[in-house]
Amino acid sequence: MLAVAGTVPDKDFPLVAGEVCLEGNVICIQGKRAPVNRGTPALLAAACKSTKLLGLPAPFGYLVGDIGLGDGSRRLYEYLSKHLGKTDLQAIAFHYLQPDVDWHNQVLFAVEDMKRRPVLIADAGFMYAAKMSGQAQAYDLFTPDIGELAFLADEEAPHPFYTRGFILHEENRAPDLVARAYKHNNAARYLLVKGEKDYVASGQGILATIDHPTEEALEAIGGTGDTLTGIVTALIEAGIEVEKAAILAARVNRLAGHYAEPTPDTQVMEIIQHIPHTLEQIINEKEKNP
Amino acid sequence: MVFENTSDVIRAERLLKADGWKIRVMGPPPEIRSGCDLVIEFPLIEDLNILRTLQKAGVSPQQIVPINSPLLQPVDLFQTKDFGRHLMIRAANMKLTVDKETLTIVNVSGGGCPDVPYLAREMVGKSLVEAPSPREIGHTLCGYALQLAYEEIRRQCLP
Repeated sequence: MLAVAGTVPDKDFPLVAGEVCLEGNVICIQGKRAPVNRGTPALLAAACKSTKLLGLPAPFGYLVGDIGLGDGSRRLYEYLSKHLGKTDLQAIAFHYLQPDVDWHNQVLFAVEDMKRRPVLIADAGFMYAAKMSGQAQAYDLFTPDIGELAFLADEEAPHPFYTRGFILHEENRAPDLVARAYKHNNAARYLLVKGEKDYVASGQGILATIDHPTEEALEAIGGTGDTLTGIVTALIEAGIEVEKAAILAARVNRLAGHYAEPTPDTQVMEIIQHIPHTLEQIINEKEKNP
Repeated sequence: MVFENTSDVIRAERLLKADGWKIRVMGPPPEIRSGCDLVIEFPLIEDLNILRTLQKAGVSPQQIVPINSPLLQPVDLFQTKDFGRHLMIRAANMKLTVDKETLTIVNVSGGGCPDVPYLAREMVGKSLVEAPSPREIGHTLCGYALQLAYEEIRRQCLP
């Protein structure tokens, strides 16, 4: 089973753990409901659509309300540090949590107690904490956008807000940023970099570039990175090796975006609706041309 | 000055700047970083006066740490993308997009702190004139970055 840990932008949303389903534009977990616009609900919505098409169990969610004060995140960190060690999961995606290095380390200790080590995926705030903790190499996949890649490449920046200007200026030089991130041990085993072009990279450099189809408007649409993380997590849960899953997920996410005929005011749910038939199309193409 | 959270830093910055103090919002020194923080750099000689101003307003720092080496500077680069009818401004890892004709905020993207989805929920669909500013309702560095994008897009779009 795959699990997703993250937050919901509602301060009254309680800490819940359980199977997640998607009903219309709302995710449901333990009788609680959260609308899908961006953030962890968007990741989960994409994961729900993908796992359903792939014939896999629904994702398991660890969710809590947090509007940025970090109180909910800290409760979730504590819960994960106490409970993850006893679980058996194929993959875990850590997502929108207030970056906190000490709590991040507690969660990673709990992962080490698990009977089998799951594929570890980190995005958003949890990825920031993973990098800042100096333990990026413990992860199998980070899913930064190109700005966050510059942050990973800056060995001194504790948050993308502090990425130094001379590194930000290199954003159109993804190979250099990738090399720098790996040189300072600030990248996971694989990187899936989302942007105008998507890149899959490792310590060996750029392994694949996915740049078709191109929809410029996607950059403005909140949640398109979250859907990518949701899709890749589901593909990994299906047993596909991380590098291949990342390449497939990037193709699916771009194509689903294309089918939505996006403009800068498109909302992410319009794209999520296109994930199942796009994923089916990409899988069929892969079977015809393995 | 180190505060409990970024919202307090933002409040203190606003108060001190309004009082004419020469202060800067910066990144914390490595030994006190926790993950998502800002600090206020001020001349140590003004310690008591500044503390008095803050205490009067109920915003007290958690600690005051002398510094000898330069602090991290927040990102101050903006990128503008013109989609025709829509304009997108990026500051650090945050992007804000408005409809230039109606001045409606149509999207917020990027970022990784938990107030980003909250800020998006509160701002998207509202006019640039009426929407709450990230400074008022945000709490993290991503919220602070969105504030910079918000100020820049207002500068470019509003008369």
